[in-house]
Amino acid sequence: MTDASITSSRYSTYNQPEFDDYFELLKPRVMSLVIFTASVGLFVAPNGVHPILAFASILFIAIGAGASGALNMWWDADIDSVMKRTSERPIPGGRVSPSEARNLGLWLSVFSVGMLAITANFLSAALLAFTIFFYAVVYTMLLKRWTPQNIVIGGAAGAFPPMIGWVAATGGVSVESVLMFALIFMWTPPHFWALALFMNDDYSKAGVPMLTVTHGKKSTRLHILIYSVLLAPLAMSLAFTEIGGPIYFLTALGLNGWFLLGAYRLFNSSEINAALQKYSREKTFFFFSIFYLFAHFMALLIEAFVDFKVINWPVFF
Amino acid sequence: MALSRLHPQHKKRLRSNIIIGGLLLGFVALVFGITVVKMSNGAMLEAFDHSYRISVTPAKDE
Repeated sequence: MTDASITSSRYSTYNQPEFDDYFELLKPRVMSLVIFTASVGLFVAPNGVHPILAFASILFIAIGAGASGALNMWWDADIDSVMKRTSERPIPGGRVSPSEARNLGLWLSVFSVGMLAITANFLSAALLAFTIFFYAVVYTMLLKRWTPQNIVIGGAAGAFPPMIGWVAATGGVSVESVLMFALIFMWTPPHFWALALFMNDDYSKAGVPMLTVTHGKKSTRLHILIYSVLLAPLAMSLAFTEIGGPIYFLTALGLNGWFLLGAYRLFNSSEINAALQKYSREKTFFFFSIFYLFAHFMALLIEAFVDFKVINWPVFF
Repeated sequence: MALSRLHPQHKKRLRSNIIIGGLLLGFVALVFGITVVKMSNGAMLEAFDHSYRISVTPAKDE
């Protein structure tokens, strides 16, 4: 009996998929992050956008992100079925067939890009199309199984949403949107490598060349520290743009100090101690990294609605 | 096994159909809303209609 026969028999007996199964293909948790960062990118832009157009733009950006998620699940169904964390996803769980996932991803890609072009502008739609292509083809099909730098380069796909939101509002790319992109881009590697430190077995089984698998955990801890050091000035520099200010500055200062401290502690942890403590430090760092990104963008959003006329805040960028 | 009227599969399908119907209605409302906003902002109000377009007609000297 071949793998193919197991797979085909599984899909031939699958229950009729429900709406929730299709929705799960869109990676709702990733979509929620995309909605949040794209919203911030759109709302911090200097020119106002009509609420209906803003809502529609964010919706179509989120659908585009979901479409790339469905294409990712279609392509990665074989390794998803091996990894414990992903084994219950709709395709390896036998609830949705791979071709359905692929078709859903393709149609939603066309739909979201077309609708964003109509709602906002062609540049934002082109950026969304490139983001979908980058995540589904460059990251999923090319980088993920080929190089341990997969998430470093692939992280760009997750970094585009605030830039797309900004472009949807302004019609152009400027230093603020580039720095928002850079913040997520540089944050992605330490975030995922922290996850890989305590999920290493999953990636090993699936044969995904994560840094923990190819270079070991000691090297991964060093990489987390290096990227955290590179991340801090990028995050701080947003404070001195038109969309930054004292609230963002203080938030970024505290969060980056804490992030660097966490990365340094991870670097100093020995593998034996980490295993004995059930990777509690790595897990704390991973969950803190989610809060780190959320708080940075939240601070930008607050800056957009609170005007500090009394403080003559310097703008360098 | 024949599917009876009350088979859970029917209920699941009905639920999915209601959700998809709601999404389609929402989409129609959204496109209507976008159209109204775009028209209010003056987008594409002056399309080709077999007559001179005022904006591209040279102004006459008084």
